Amino acid sequence: MRATAVERTQSTNPTLISIVAWMLPGAGHLWQGRVQKGVTFVVTLPVMFALGLWLDGRLFPFEPSQPLVALAAFASLGNGIPFVIAKLLGFGQGVVTAASYEYGNTFLIVAGLLNMLVVLDAYDIALGRK
Amino acid sequence: MTSHLGLLVLFAVFVSIVFAALMRDEPREQLRFGARLLAGFVGAALVLSWLMYPLPL
Repeated sequence: MRATAVERTQSTNPTLISIVAWMLPGAGHLWQGRVQKGVTFVVTLPVMFALGLWLDGRLFPFEPSQPLVALAAFASLGNGIPFVIAKLLGFGQGVVTAASYEYGNTFLIVAGLLNMLVVLDAYDIALGRK
Repeated sequence: MTSHLGLLVLFAVFVSIVFAALMRDEPREQLRFGARLLAGFVGAALVLSWLMYPLPL
């Protein structure tokens, strides 16, 4: 099982794996034969993102004049395709008056940051470092 | 579930799961590490919240 995963890893492009891992959380691990980890990320990160939307969190726009807002937007972008779909469907407007607003923001931002770590892990696996 | 404590614990569960999966390879080690992380997150949050309790808003 592990030998198969290593062989598969050596024949794949780390950059391509990183892009796929960013687009769909966990897909990079699934592609490289790390099924258990991949399934964990595929389930956990999109659910965390969806919870952030449900809790009235906001998908912040890129506003260079407000560095903290721009950083939050960059972190949310780490969610990949779920982020794009939510934006296209008009979700993530944020309800500032909601009691769960800050929690929603935290879920959305941290889900994106965690997926960035997952992308780096997939990249390391593709390079044979792990 | 939408209480502050409930959301805090839920958030800690998700972060613990992802970190455990990232940092450990064997399922049993992941479970043990994840449980320790979760206990650490929730415990630290409770201690910090009680330490901040006397502070004025």
